[in-house]
Amino acid sequence: MPARGYIEINADKCKGCGLCISFCPQKLIRFSEKFNTKGYHPAEFHDPQKRCIACGFCYQMCPDSAITVYRFKGVTQNV
Amino acid sequence: MIKEMFLKKPKSLSEKEFTYCPGCHHGIVHRLIAEVIDELNIREKTIVVAPVGCSVFAYEFFYLDGTVAPHGRAPAVATGMKRALPDRIVFTYQGDGDLAAIGTAEIIHAANRGENITTIFINNAIYGMTGGQMAPTSLIGMKTTTTPYGRDPKKDGYPIHVCETLQNMKGVAYLERLTVSSPQEVIKAKKSIRKAFEAQINQIGFSLIEVLSTCPTNWGMTPVEAIKWLKENMVKEFPLGVFVDKTKGVN
Repeated sequence: MPARGYIEINADKCKGCGLCISFCPQKLIRFSEKFNTKGYHPAEFHDPQKRCIACGFCYQMCPDSAITVYRFKGVTQNV
Repeated sequence: MIKEMFLKKPKSLSEKEFTYCPGCHHGIVHRLIAEVIDELNIREKTIVVAPVGCSVFAYEFFYLDGTVAPHGRAPAVATGMKRALPDRIVFTYQGDGDLAAIGTAEIIHAANRGENITTIFINNAIYGMTGGQMAPTSLIGMKTTTTPYGRDPKKDGYPIHVCETLQNMKGVAYLERLTVSSPQEVIKAKKSIRKAFEAQINQIGFSLIEVLSTCPTNWGMTPVEAIKWLKENMVKEFPLGVFVDKTKGVN
């Protein structure tokens, strides 16, 4: 199944609370090993197999509005 | 492949970073309010009244006109604004220490008068900004810095149920208690917040949304553990649901 979309995480806004990580149904988000400017380990999108379904759960749970969700046109309508 | 932006930060939310702790539900509720304001297209005529507490700078996080009221007096300030400028949409954003402790008189009388304002009430059962003291909504047996052996009803009283207190007031148009503890609940919460604002736009009366929220820092848990604790303990003490809904048949 091709990816239906992808997300972008604003690493400098992220406070590393981990809510997106715990609610991602595909488990595609993890803590980065780097630090951001605030000193947190921000969330990092890791999707090498293109399994993101663009459900937007990470966006809904993010308390800092750091996540933007993109959907591919055409793919969602077929699934 | 053509990509389209599906979900992004709403326009009514400012670029300023939230001053809240990691995992705090204030941020989620802020975003929902901003999304509703964008959808209803009322950004140019909405006024926010911030409380005293963690969300004291709430007016800085929205691209809205706003002010901050003395501790607990946000409904009184909002009443004045709404009466002077009846074409504006006025909402207050209050925590449990602000609304249920020092501001009990203001909220009860604003509801009883049926003031045409909206209140978003964040109930996290603790005083957040001052460092985790017992709030009127703290659960029985809950450990806080002022009740280190747990809240004892003989000494400290019982938790205040704000929605149950206000539901018999005749001026109340919409009253609901909800959580934002899962993506499904967040989507439902947005619809409820929209209903509360619509009740004000249609001039039906006072509307209040109580959001059961977490305080991971002062509860001493991780954000994920705090959500679990909220579902297991707080929802039992404060049952969710719609208490008053006079919006049916108006639209």
